[in-house]
Amino acid sequence: MDSLDVKQKKINKEYQDYANSLSPKSKVFKNCMMAFIVGGLICTIGQLINNLAKIYYGMNKEEASTITSITLIFIAALLTGLGLYEKIGKRAGAGSIVPITGFSNSIVAPAMEHKREGYVLGVGAKLFSIAGPVLVYGISTSVIVGLINYFFVK
Amino acid sequence: MSKHRMGGQTLYLTQNPPKIISRASIVGKKEGEGPLAEYFDKIIEDDLWGEKSWEKAERRMLIETAELTLRKAKMEPRDINYLFGGDLLDQIVTATFAARSLGIPFYGLYGACSSMTQTMSLAAPLIDGGYADNVLCVTSSHFCSAERQFRYPLEMGVQRPPTAQWTVTGAGGVLLSSDGKGPCITHVTTGKVIDFGIKDTNYMGAAMAPAAADTIRAHFEDTGRGPNDYDLIVTGDLAKYGRKLTIDLLKKDGYDIEDRFIDCGCEIFYESQDVHAGASGCACSAVVLAGYLLRKMEDGEINRILMASTGALHSIITSQQGDSIPGIAHAVAIEKKG
Amino acid sequence: MDYIKAFITGGVICIIGQILIDKTNLTPARILVCFVTAGAILTALGIYDPIVEFGGAGATVPLPGFGYALAKGAIKGVKELGVLGAFTGGVTATAGGITAAIVFGYLAAVLFDPKEKS
Repeated sequence: MDSLDVKQKKINKEYQDYANSLSPKSKVFKNCMMAFIVGGLICTIGQLINNLAKIYYGMNKEEASTITSITLIFIAALLTGLGLYEKIGKRAGAGSIVPITGFSNSIVAPAMEHKREGYVLGVGAKLFSIAGPVLVYGISTSVIVGLINYFFVK
Repeated sequence: MSKHRMGGQTLYLTQNPPKIISRASIVGKKEGEGPLAEYFDKIIEDDLWGEKSWEKAERRMLIETAELTLRKAKMEPRDINYLFGGDLLDQIVTATFAARSLGIPFYGLYGACSSMTQTMSLAAPLIDGGYADNVLCVTSSHFCSAERQFRYPLEMGVQRPPTAQWTVTGAGGVLLSSDGKGPCITHVTTGKVIDFGIKDTNYMGAAMAPAAADTIRAHFEDTGRGPNDYDLIVTGDLAKYGRKLTIDLLKKDGYDIEDRFIDCGCEIFYESQDVHAGASGCACSAVVLAGYLLRKMEDGEINRILMASTGALHSIITSQQGDSIPGIAHAVAIEKKG
Repeated sequence: MDYIKAFITGGVICIIGQILIDKTNLTPARILVCFVTAGAILTALGIYDPIVEFGGAGATVPLPGFGYALAKGAIKGVKELGVLGAFTGGVTATAGGITAAIVFGYLAAVLFDPKEKS
């Protein structure tokens, strides 16, 4: 029985390696360029909002940063609703996933789609199907960072 | 020892081989822009088809396909002994809800994308053995309902890797009968569940290719036939890379099928339609068989085919728990007689 | 000048994400989680501050910036409130973004329907 398993494992391994060798590699360089340009552009828009908030509304660094996040989240939610964010994401890859706008997209997309299952367990619950883990790990890490600071850093 | 078996996995239907007397297919808009558009009975104008949800739209496609198949044969639901149906959604709700409207005695079958030949494999011996006169086989899939069940929400801005496949929106049906005119099902080869350890849910073709190769090889061994006995050998939805893997796996067993081997997943879309490796879904082999292949048989361009729909039998849960993707393929030999 | 810095910093962070997507089998959801966590840890180690100093929005708009804001808030909270601040600081600093995501996310989901894809 064991020897059969070993033999089958070998066949599987050979097959998997061959299957992987057939599959074309994603065009990493081209994808990276697109991610760089789109991601960079989103951040530049963020910088613009940030500067406007500081100059025209006299906001401090934290406030300007918050209003930037809120504005970008709003824009991304709107674009997702209009069906445009997915079109950007198809080309930009990480360029539109990694910025805060991608977080917003990941909230709207599942919630919108599950509307037909109701407003509580459809929209309400699915808002966090992808963004929930981000909050769980982000907030938990911040608590640990805070506690370490409290106990070990003077 | 049963009289009607050949080898380990094949049935030989000799008493009254069932004839495919009627066929129908309905497809989505994107499929209607593909190379096989002219072969389908109906192309719906948008993915929602005026319904409230994609699931309801898929259900309506399945019901209308079933009704159309019957209408073409001038039959009513009460003339049908059994309805065999399957689809991709959890608890095969499309097929069951369609059966609720049709009112035909029903078996719901889950074989993922292998459903089309799975239903035919079970319907054919019932007719050959004299247990049924008319059996209707229908399957469906819908890009939007499948995508959100198996992958990401549609509006999520994610990239699809080159090996990803596009689920066909559509429904296909065939009516098998003991009486009437049409190509016959002569052999049924039931597949085993085969798993070579592929875990990537974006590379289904590789997960299913070993099952396709295994069933085709079993069919040749059981029947003593070879690739040259068929005008076409057809698989369900292996797509570009899965097709290549199947050819290579069968070459190792000494069968060269390359010159007469097509995969429905490679036929239904143009490369320019941005579907990456090709098409998939229960409807993929169903609409290509019911729309295109059986029409080519009627026209006399091909006379004998081996049709093997292929399925990936994983669920979201098993994949998240790190299990690999088991594959299956069921083959039926279809032959034009006289 | 700060626009160019923001463009380059943000772009480079996205390139790292793209390489992770193409070269590993990490799903987008996992990448988001990793980036936020990494941002918080790098902040605690004092590495992310200079990046923010240089890149401005280029460092705060990508998700590591969310982790940065959470960790910064927690550290600040500890300074002001002691151990309680470890629990209130992070979310306080990011309350605007989280609330906006929930409210705008809910509104967009209710007002719009997903489009068919081709």
